[in-house]
Amino acid sequence: MICQECGERQATLHFTKIINGEKAEFHICETCAKEKGEVLPGMNNSFSIHNLLSGLLNIEPSGEKMGRQYAGSLRCPNCGLTYSQFSSSGRFGCAVCYQTFGERLDPLFSKIHSGNVSHNGKIPHRSGTRLKIKRKLQSRKEELQKAVMNEEFELAARLRDEIRELESELSGE
Amino acid sequence: MTFRRFLQQALSDWMKGGGAEADIVISSRIRLARNLNALPFPLIATEEQLQQVTEQVERILASHRELPGLGRLELLHMNQMKALEKKVLVEKHLISPALAEESRAGAVILSENESLSIMLNEEDHIRIQCLFPGFQLQDAWHQANSIDDWFDRNLDYAFDEKRGYLTSCPTNVGTGLRASVMMHLPALVMSGQINRIFPAINQLGLVVRGIYGEGSESIGNIFQVSNQITLGRSETEIIDDLANVAKQLIEQERKARHSILETSRLKVEDKILRSYGILANARIIESKEAMQRLSDVRLGIDLGLIQGVSSNILNELIVLTQPGFLQQYAGELLSPEKRDERRAKLIRERLLSENNA
Repeated sequence: MICQECGERQATLHFTKIINGEKAEFHICETCAKEKGEVLPGMNNSFSIHNLLSGLLNIEPSGEKMGRQYAGSLRCPNCGLTYSQFSSSGRFGCAVCYQTFGERLDPLFSKIHSGNVSHNGKIPHRSGTRLKIKRKLQSRKEELQKAVMNEEFELAARLRDEIRELESELSGE
Repeated sequence: MTFRRFLQQALSDWMKGGGAEADIVISSRIRLARNLNALPFPLIATEEQLQQVTEQVERILASHRELPGLGRLELLHMNQMKALEKKVLVEKHLISPALAEESRAGAVILSENESLSIMLNEEDHIRIQCLFPGFQLQDAWHQANSIDDWFDRNLDYAFDEKRGYLTSCPTNVGTGLRASVMMHLPALVMSGQINRIFPAINQLGLVVRGIYGEGSESIGNIFQVSNQITLGRSETEIIDDLANVAKQLIEQERKARHSILETSRLKVEDKILRSYGILANARIIESKEAMQRLSDVRLGIDLGLIQGVSSNILNELIVLTQPGFLQQYAGELLSPEKRDERRAKLIRERLLSENNA
């Protein structure tokens, strides 16, 4: 059989990949395999990270009452992806999947992102106004605590007023 | 096509060299992963839904084709390009192999100088990438961020208060930010220090890879260092952390260069000038050897052992001697043996053009 990459040399590497039940066969020669940096056609990125990920995905929070079977049958109402499909592919189907699988994802995110489970970066202008106020409120509250500890009462009073304003802005929406 | 003309068309800005710390840092890259709220992610979306993504982005482009400092933006559909043309874009780091080979309704938007490339319908709906020469993480971030703001004003991004920007793969969620620096570290490799340094870097939440990304081994002593964590840290923290580690690596590499010259000057000179001799005279050269020799010559230039050859030779030739480029230059498909011949010729021509200039 001829290599499907260069179409010249004899293919010496033969393998089959199954994605969502669909079979794909690959036949390539050693030179092409090497040239691709041992990354095989059709397998770019998908091999390393995602295979490792699905290993992580089988972690269930300890003491969790719901068994894996239940978790596996969780289905995203928007795109139809089930939790078990997610754990085998390592990829979400749509934005709603994140809400559907909810806190069940915490251990996974924590593993991948060094203990972090929530976002602390940029917020889009469009949907982010409310969140920006929340963040500001949170940091003012922290500042207030510090000010009280340091007995900076004038600053504390100013922060308290600002916090009230932010809170009314949030509840007014 | 003459060699000079080919070169002019072939070079992205980042390959022309320049930028800060250009003796060690080849390029800096920022990538932002974004998705649209209303549509399923590319992996499971229908062809029609994916076309909606490109249409929405094309509409935004049509209203502002010109962006300050970026010139005209051009959108290329993957299904309208030849395999070889796509391969060239992969070799220039402008698109991923996945977009070139596997995407449905995939497209890329390129700026004139190719410092900006936006992939559509790869693993995520939108991937904004800014690639700058030298150590310019901040500038690359500012450019990517402003493109992101521009899209944000016109599109409804998938975003969650708790998880941040939502992505197809859980390794990108949060900021969707992957920052990376591509570095040439020959002295750290020669002195063996690299084996001690890389495990330490991994412990800091950063990853080291070869030049062509995930899963690729290092060739030509070129390494890509990038952040692994995208969730829970701000963009600025992620970029600063990476920049600090990169600065350390730059410093260590400079020290190592100094010390190999002090302790084994003759050996180093011999190694470098041998490689120069081979590149200037070889008639057949395979890719891996070419990269190693080019790395030696580049080190020779940086150490002042080789004069009259411009230092961006490595940046240029690592890309120009890749299979896609060689075939594009030849204007035809070439067998691996023919490529080795063409590669040797291209390198000789390039060295010659320096001596004549």
